[in-house]
Amino acid sequence: MTAVRIPPTLRGEVGGARQVDAAGATVRELLDDLAARYPALGAQLLEGGDVAPFVNVYLGGEDVRTLDGLDTAVADGQTLILLPAMAGGSC
Amino acid sequence: MPTYRELLAQTKAEIAEIGTPEAHERHGADDAPLFVDVRELDEWQEGHVPGAIHIPRGNLESRVEGLVPDKEREIFVYCAVGARSAFGAKALTDLGYTDVTSVAGGFTDWKRNGYEVATPHFLTPGQRSRYSRHLLIPEVGDEGQQKLLNSRVLLIGAGGLGSPSSLYLAAAGVGTLGIVDADVVDDSNLQRQIVHSTERLGEPKALSAKRTIEALNPDVHVEAYEERLTSDNVERIVGAGWDVIVDGADNFPTRYLVNDASVWHDIPVVHGSIYRFEGQVTVFEPGAGPCYRCLFPSPPPPELAPSCAEGGVLGVLPGIVGSLQASEALKLILDIGETLTGRLLLFDALHTTFDEVSVKRDPTCPVCGEHPTITEYVDYVQFCALAGRGVAS
Repeated sequence: MTAVRIPPTLRGEVGGARQVDAAGATVRELLDDLAARYPALGAQLLEGGDVAPFVNVYLGGEDVRTLDGLDTAVADGQTLILLPAMAGGSC
Repeated sequence: MPTYRELLAQTKAEIAEIGTPEAHERHGADDAPLFVDVRELDEWQEGHVPGAIHIPRGNLESRVEGLVPDKEREIFVYCAVGARSAFGAKALTDLGYTDVTSVAGGFTDWKRNGYEVATPHFLTPGQRSRYSRHLLIPEVGDEGQQKLLNSRVLLIGAGGLGSPSSLYLAAAGVGTLGIVDADVVDDSNLQRQIVHSTERLGEPKALSAKRTIEALNPDVHVEAYEERLTSDNVERIVGAGWDVIVDGADNFPTRYLVNDASVWHDIPVVHGSIYRFEGQVTVFEPGAGPCYRCLFPSPPPPELAPSCAEGGVLGVLPGIVGSLQASEALKLILDIGETLTGRLLLFDALHTTFDEVSVKRDPTCPVCGEHPTITEYVDYVQFCALAGRGVAS
């Protein structure tokens, strides 16, 4: 299982958890597993089978866009971080 | 007992010496030695070898280990003519420094030969006292403090992030702070916006921050912009000449606008954002690393990007994130250390964790990429609204 870090704005879709586990050998399989178990999260994250453009996905601290994208293989002990931009600062 | 002359001759016989032409040649080399000036403060202030560090002879033994921890580092000691530096070189050797040379002829000879001289601006006695804890740090010192006093930092927002960052930058002696904020102080701000106060309720934030900052440090000049940064005023404000921009905006259109302006004006941006217990900090340095659009090509739809006004924020969180921003800004000005360029720091106050992800430059970035497609300011509100519906990417 791979630990997946859920951003604060998407925690409502996973019952408030900061981190959930997902199964899969590639990033795509992890996301598909998440989407199957948390359909509301899948609806926010995925657009036409791809990750929504406003969500960055990091595996082992690297943006998967700079690796093999969703086909990037997942190694033991790596953490997947889902990260949309946050605007807040001045507020 | 030997006379002074005898003692000097005896000391010189025990140490290595080098003439100023040879010392000058080494000064410009890639493996240049560290020049240590052991003269008094008034002599140093009238001019010194560029890049040298200053430790008066009287404090040499007590302070050198703090300033030069590497005892194998090659050191050229100099004074006015080569006498104090001879004794200084002997003292350093006795302390275990293995590669110490005294510059015979000293700074007098160096100047006479027409070699390059750095003349520091004077810090007033009041400034020497106010910034004494900076002056003691080798990475800051006199020259660094002068840099800070001559530097200009533009703060986007005088709110949660702008409060701590502006206060610390002002305390550090950053000479000019620009503050852009169109809001007025509201009582719901005071749980975290520590640059304001209860007596300032209803006052424009830019002016309230200016009053607090100028009371904290009269060395700092504040340029207050009581307006929202837009495509119409961005050239006037960002174009006013800034060394660093500290972005603590509260909305995506301003974030993208600040990004595009900073890329086109070649100004590094220290980015911070916060929500509830979590913060993000990074540095966007045009040319040296990614920009905001490389990191986030498009903003999330509004339902996934609630502001702190909608979602709340732990009051101390902007204190931590804004202080990190101030720290990065000071490093950029001083050109020291390693900034967050290319790294996004993720802070979680609820679990007290710092995570880091790498951020790379995107060669296809529409603003800083190889073939830019956005070359002038756009309608940023519309850009963000369209992206939110998944139209733009």
